[in-house]
Amino acid sequence: VQADGTDGNCVTFVLHDEDHTLGNSLRYMVMKNPDVEFCGYCITHPSESKINFRIQTRGSLPAVEPFRKGLNDLMGVCQHVLNTFEVRLLPQELRD
Amino acid sequence: AVAAAMAARRGVEEMRERVVLGEFGVRNVHTTDFPGNYPGYDDAWDQQRFEEGFRVDVVREEQDMLEFDMVGIDAAIANAFRRILLAEVPTMAVEKVFVYNNTSIVQDEILAHRLGLIPIRADPRLFEYRNQGDEEGTEIDTLQFQLKIKCSRNPQAAKESSDPNELYINHKVYSKHMTWVPLGNQPDLFPDADFRPVHDDILIAQLRPGQEIDVLMHCVKGIGKDHAKFSPVATASYRLLPDITLLQPIEDEAAELLQKCFSPGVIEVQNIKGKKVARVANARLDTFSREVFRHESLKNHVRLARVRNHYIFSVESTGILPPDVLVSEAIKILMGKCQRFLNELDSVPME
Repeated sequence: VQADGTDGNCVTFVLHDEDHTLGNSLRYMVMKNPDVEFCGYCITHPSESKINFRIQTRGSLPAVEPFRKGLNDLMGVCQHVLNTFEVRLLPQELRD
Repeated sequence: AVAAAMAARRGVEEMRERVVLGEFGVRNVHTTDFPGNYPGYDDAWDQQRFEEGFRVDVVREEQDMLEFDMVGIDAAIANAFRRILLAEVPTMAVEKVFVYNNTSIVQDEILAHRLGLIPIRADPRLFEYRNQGDEEGTEIDTLQFQLKIKCSRNPQAAKESSDPNELYINHKVYSKHMTWVPLGNQPDLFPDADFRPVHDDILIAQLRPGQEIDVLMHCVKGIGKDHAKFSPVATASYRLLPDITLLQPIEDEAAELLQKCFSPGVIEVQNIKGKKVARVANARLDTFSREVFRHESLKNHVRLARVRNHYIFSVESTGILPPDVLVSEAIKILMGKCQRFLNELDSVPME
């Protein structure tokens, strides 16, 4: 992870070894944050596996915060999906 | 004024919740429910609201195939699961083939390619990835298989027979001829495990008398991104739930025509008071060939749409791991990715 930007509010993170799989889902979670003015990602070149992930916040919130919150929210979503999915499959096993 | 407001609200609801299929294109494709886009809607992320609206329904579960519905999730995350199922859930497959003797018609590299594509029934969670640059392979990251087979002439065959099954012994090399050669302390680590290819009847090569294949294979753990042979699913796909609305009542011949325009079982023609009336029976079965738009009389009476956050997943496994385990593993892998970046964020100081 590398970050560079003009001031703490607009930061471009360079995520190595990532592609649309994490990029698009993380972008969705960060966009749901009302403090974020702009969020986007792009794949610099299809031969290199890294993405440029840019977050701009309105106000004076440092851009790392929505990034961290987005990752935590995505973890929460996955955890809930996993729990629901496994509970849904349980009756099958209980029935056996 | 109230009617106009109602219509406007319905239009907004449609834009938010449905992907509409028009005659020449698809509208409302992108997710727009982000905070600030719609006045009066609170779209900020709320775990509580997500959990209330989310559900998973298993439609069909067979040995190698799983069809389930995920409702209340967004395209970005559903697609992430699909991508991970295809490319990032690890499996074991043959990587290195040591050819001691190959006098068959099949070239060495073609034989090695075919052996690599055979699915191996070995739970990849029991193994580690091989370290970079490690040529030998240790017992925790490698499975060894041997294929040693020689074709000979059958002395009991009838004189004028021309059937190869009768004339030759071992002339077809199947995957059941691959045997597991335990390495090191693998017999102790896996006392009752039986590592073999998933299917016994995969034809690897054909031989004639005098030809012989003697190879030793190393199986390692890998992911589909590296080579497609490591992909654990035959395929994993999803589609959105179709939503067909009849804007006006459709009767008589038009009803019959409408029924033919869609997949069987979607439109039901009922006899109400002597007239044939069409009704949408089961929109889920439709494959949306958009035949309706070819008929001028029906074109404007039907609205074809898809529900934006209802995904019908279909996961078909190659047999290595059952499909429900594959989906669980895929979700855990996405969590692992997030955790990796959270750890990096905490450890690397930001300047």
